[in-house]
Amino acid sequence: MTETFVPPTRFAVPGRIAVSEQAASEWQTATLTGIRRETPRVTTFRLAVPGWPGHVPGQHLMVRLTAEDGYTAQRHYSIASAPDDSGQVELTLDHVEGGEVSGWFHTVARPGDRVEVRGPVSGFFAWPGDRPALLIGAGSGVVPLMSMIRHHRARNLTVPLRLVVSARSPEELVYARELGTETTPVFTRSAPEGVAVGRMAAAHVAPLLAEQPSGGWEAYVCGSNSFAEHASRLLVTAGQPVDRIRIERFG
Amino acid sequence: MHITRGFTGRPRVDDPGLPPGQYDAGDDWPVLSAEVTPELAPADWTFRVDGLVAEPRTWDWEEAHRLPASAYEGAIHCVTSWSKFGVRFAGVSLDAFLDAVRPHGSATHAVAYSHTGYTANLPLADLTGGRAWIAWEYDGRPLAPEHGGPARLLVPHLYFWKSAKWIAGLRILDHDEPGFWERNGYHGRGNPWEEQRYSGD
Repeated sequence: MTETFVPPTRFAVPGRIAVSEQAASEWQTATLTGIRRETPRVTTFRLAVPGWPGHVPGQHLMVRLTAEDGYTAQRHYSIASAPDDSGQVELTLDHVEGGEVSGWFHTVARPGDRVEVRGPVSGFFAWPGDRPALLIGAGSGVVPLMSMIRHHRARNLTVPLRLVVSARSPEELVYARELGTETTPVFTRSAPEGVAVGRMAAAHVAPLLAEQPSGGWEAYVCGSNSFAEHASRLLVTAGQPVDRIRIERFG
Repeated sequence: MHITRGFTGRPRVDDPGLPPGQYDAGDDWPVLSAEVTPELAPADWTFRVDGLVAEPRTWDWEEAHRLPASAYEGAIHCVTSWSKFGVRFAGVSLDAFLDAVRPHGSATHAVAYSHTGYTANLPLADLTGGRAWIAWEYDGRPLAPEHGGPARLLVPHLYFWKSAKWIAGLRILDHDEPGFWERNGYHGRGNPWEEQRYSGD
């Protein structure tokens, strides 16, 4: 048997991104070069990574912290920055209550500190900028989607790109100052005057699916599992094919 | 190894059940599927084993439930670094299915595939000898759709991306063939005790 096995079902996953195996398997030391507050609970950390091989928007970085007794903790984080040749990458982290690694970043880390990183890893959620992308996120789920938007702007891409993003309030909308006309914000607790408050609904998604770009949308959904379940159902109900929805959930 | 200034980590006990690089997720059970959770009723669920076998066969829900019940109680380990202890799954040992189809002597590997089209490759040796199950109950209740219900593969001694949710079948092969995550940079086998996370580990 030499033919490639194809399962008898859908979920075709078009255009997989090849991942550099060497980069994924080696830990290297990164230096924290900048810290930028985004919202009261969310902060961006900029890291200089010598020999960073570059990434595709939507890929992850693995971070490892080591205590004096040798104990280590490692976590996957989405890369927030667009690919560029600066040798630096940015991570945007929620301050998780009791978070072991995010807690260190939010309460201890300062420029000059060094951490170990490995990556970029994982290619499934990546978007190289080659096809229309409909991005749906909530909370810090907007992080990998922002990498895509930044990439789109930095390269002056003309392929259609839209973002529907849910936040509790305008104050908690991550990257609020950077979001532009491609973005429809949805506020679940409080909103500016004249803007409705409520959960992301068919009314936010259906109009975008009614105006399909040539070739259709590739949908990228990122957020908590409950949000991902809700948003992916909205997409399917509005007619988006299930095999053109990529989901990144965080528990 | 580089010591991280000011990092102490959470209070820890030396737990021999925790593979290197993992932490105890406690009551949490994160959901990490890349695809839309399918609406798959037990009546529509089937499980097929074919490829290099003497008698390819498909079981439906009722037929699978007539096989001898078998349970797993222990830990599961996700490559994203959480582990979960004391989980209780119930279903049928994969040995019961494989015994029925009789794999050829040349068979070495399998590709597990889901009703969504997700795939994961496994050495046959990791699927036999009472180390793998088709599971449809968790903690005494039907397995939730987001965790792979109505039925998932369960291979608890490997990282959990191998335990394909919404399992639809196994194709038995005489060679290894990377599955979904393995083609996206993850390790071919995924043994948590050897930290086989990524290709090249």
